[in-house]
Amino acid sequence: MLPNYKTSVKKVDNEEKMSGMAIFTGDIRMDNAHFAIPVRSTVSYGKLLKINVPSLPKGYYFISAKDIVKENVCNIIASDWPVFPDKEVHYKGETIGLIVGPDKKICIDLASMTHADYKELEPVFEMKNSYVHKEFKKGNPEVFKKASKVYSESFETGYQEQVYLEPQGMLIWMDGNKITIKASMQCPFYIKKAVTRTLGCSEDKVRVIQPAVGGAFGGKEHYPSLMAAQLATAIVKIKKPIKMIFDRKEDITFTTKRHPSKTDISAYLDDKNNILGVKIHVGIDGGAYIGCSMVVLARALIAATNAYTFENVDISGDAYCTNKVPSAAFRGFGSPQSIFAIEMFINHLADFLHVNHYELRNKYLVKTGDITSTNGVFRDPIILDKLINRAMEMSDYQRKKKEYSKPNSYRGIGMSYFLHGCGFTGSGESTIINAQLRIKKDKNDIVTFYTSQVDFGQGNRTTLKRIVVDTLGIPEDHVIYGAPDTDETLSTGPTAASRTIIIVGGLAAKAARHLKEIWKDGEEQEIIEPYVGPSYIKWDDDTMQGDAYPGYAWGVNVIEISVDPITYEVTIEGCWSTYDVGHAIDERILIGQADGGLAQAIGWAYLEKEEMENGVFKQRTLSDYVIPTMMDLSKMETEFIDNPFPYGAFGAKGAGELTFAGGAPAFCAALEQAINRKVNKIPATPEFIMELIEHGN
Amino acid sequence: MEIKFILNGKQVSVDVSPSMRLLDVIRDKFHLTGTKEGCGEGECGACTVLVNNEPYNSCLTPVINIVNKEVITIEGFRETKAYRIIADAFAEMGGSQCGFCTPGMILATYAVLKKNPHPTEEEIRFALSGNLCRCTGYQSIVFAVLKASEKGIEL
Ligand code: FES
Ligand code: FES
Repeated sequence: MLPNYKTSVKKVDNEEKMSGMAIFTGDIRMDNAHFAIPVRSTVSYGKLLKINVPSLPKGYYFISAKDIVKENVCNIIASDWPVFPDKEVHYKGETIGLIVGPDKKICIDLASMTHADYKELEPVFEMKNSYVHKEFKKGNPEVFKKASKVYSESFETGYQEQVYLEPQGMLIWMDGNKITIKASMQCPFYIKKAVTRTLGCSEDKVRVIQPAVGGAFGGKEHYPSLMAAQLATAIVKIKKPIKMIFDRKEDITFTTKRHPSKTDISAYLDDKNNILGVKIHVGIDGGAYIGCSMVVLARALIAATNAYTFENVDISGDAYCTNKVPSAAFRGFGSPQSIFAIEMFINHLADFLHVNHYELRNKYLVKTGDITSTNGVFRDPIILDKLINRAMEMSDYQRKKKEYSKPNSYRGIGMSYFLHGCGFTGSGESTIINAQLRIKKDKNDIVTFYTSQVDFGQGNRTTLKRIVVDTLGIPEDHVIYGAPDTDETLSTGPTAASRTIIIVGGLAAKAARHLKEIWKDGEEQEIIEPYVGPSYIKWDDDTMQGDAYPGYAWGVNVIEISVDPITYEVTIEGCWSTYDVGHAIDERILIGQADGGLAQAIGWAYLEKEEMENGVFKQRTLSDYVIPTMMDLSKMETEFIDNPFPYGAFGAKGAGELTFAGGAPAFCAALEQAINRKVNKIPATPEFIMELIEHGN
Repeated sequence: MEIKFILNGKQVSVDVSPSMRLLDVIRDKFHLTGTKEGCGEGECGACTVLVNNEPYNSCLTPVINIVNKEVITIEGFRETKAYRIIADAFAEMGGSQCGFCTPGMILATYAVLKKNPHPTEEEIRFALSGNLCRCTGYQSIVFAVLKASEKGIEL
């Protein structure tokens, strides 16, 4: 039976995308555009002594640190990543300069002839030098000393490449004396800030416009800021339009990835096997520059106890500096790593205590009103028990769990619970982002509103527009809502952190309500609506204490797999999911998020292997770095259970990242049952499974 | 070298190196940008075009190989009835998110249905496994192909 999406409306960008008419960055025609080809560092760590540039034909340029106009800093939360390195390089592949010129082939040749002299220094590839440390406690971890038993384990997760189907690309040109940028990106205002900062120019000198964007998943949150700062430096010098489009290999090899992680967990038990508390340390590999790693670490730590309440908690973590490509945003932003660890841990602990997984998990399940690990409160109604029961029913979990526990079944079923804090951490929405939304009406009563939210496939252009249309109660074609352009829109913040619908959607609804209140037919009217967060959200970033997020979305995944006893190839037999995303505004769009997020998570769990060899990635093409194909996945069944959130638009919470959180632990729980071994590490490739089966844990 | 072929129903000729990728000829010489480059090595299917009605990865096809053949890109295909049916099915099932894989996916869907008008879910997964999509998790695309096959693409 094919689904029938009664709650959905036609997606505004359907036709342009299907017909091939949507214009992505690489499709933009600009006949006099020059090309920029990066020259990359060939050492992992070293002093940059001299760059030897071949003699350049007329019209060709080499742009590097010497061309920096004002500040050699790429603005990515932390300010440690230079636009071009001037004294030292910190990873293999760091862009030490750009060859820019009119013929792409000649640029490529010139770039390959450009070499730097280095004084090599000893690189660090292991997670040992911390550049960000965070810790917080709840209750009284001193009681750990009274524990009669301690159970400890470690968990590891690997790199993951976003593989947005459209690689990174950017086009920059001068429009009068204004620098104008179109790029495959997530956050137009991040790019604008990066350019104004490195050039030291005023805001009105830079304009960023969003073309069609072919996927992002976090990978286009920060890296485009670096490209923009580099290209802006170039255009100031050469004053010609410049295009920089990465091919897949360059994109996989040199752009930011999901942080690899290592998580250590200890549970302290009393003599009746009650958990007195847990101690968790999460380490993430940040790569050569901090960039956004402190925020990723914070999210990983806050999510470390996941959907469980423990009375006493001691959580700490470090982001480590290594001489490798920097890690940055990827759907989930650190939390999938720590959720994988605690989900596997709690099952292992149940095995250790000889109790049923399900019973132990439910004993510590979060309930409404519980104190979070950061001493905030889970205020809004939690319906996790409903989600769990429904997912078990849909998947026939209990029966299968029992049936597959027979020896050598090579079949397994696994379940995960998970949450995602929506929006920026703590009071960040009101103190850092300060979104403002402009909505206006012309004499013909046509309403136009603006946001800086990029639709890179999530469907937010459709849903944000719908929120305004439905709030105003006017026909759809009386509302105009286009892609972001920093000259038109005020900043409603980045397209990140699953904040688009819960925060910007809420803001759009509020602005539309206010416009409706003052509506006068045939008059021009305008409202600028500032974001005002719920006043009870209090958060201290230094101590990591308080309410970490304005709201939480919840989910349950069940995955069933079989393992070939000869080749150890895994087949996904079925996936069932239930989610609480508040009120599901548009089911078809949300199913898209649910399926897509779970597919990526399953890829991370068992297919997507990205190894480092001497400071560079070994897998650099899509034939080596394998993402799920249609055949690798199975049918997915998903349901949303209504639980309207008072502060989101129409009761909606965030959904984009939530759907990534549970795939790996559900998959690995199924795998553990199928092969009767513990899994503490992903990706669980066939080689790894063979190793486990043949050598045990 | 002068290369002659039929592009979206029109006889065309272009003076390029015979080893130039069909993908580049289509995009750079004819400015038809609906055909996308996702990998450049035959792994993703974003560059799918029809050559004599069969799906090809245009990134792997040297232009010399299509002399006198008929090439259909999404720009040509979108004028057909079959496109309308497939595109509507994709819209209804939510088969397109970012849209970067979509033109290739739609042409590949046409090729599947032409060979096998009523495929099972498994046959669809097998036949379309050369087209990667990172956004949808594929379920909605499988549904879209089933939907299009229900309606029939009227060949
Ligand atoms: S671009 Fe041709 S298969 Fe990927
Ligand atoms: S819709 Fe984005 S890759 Fe398929």
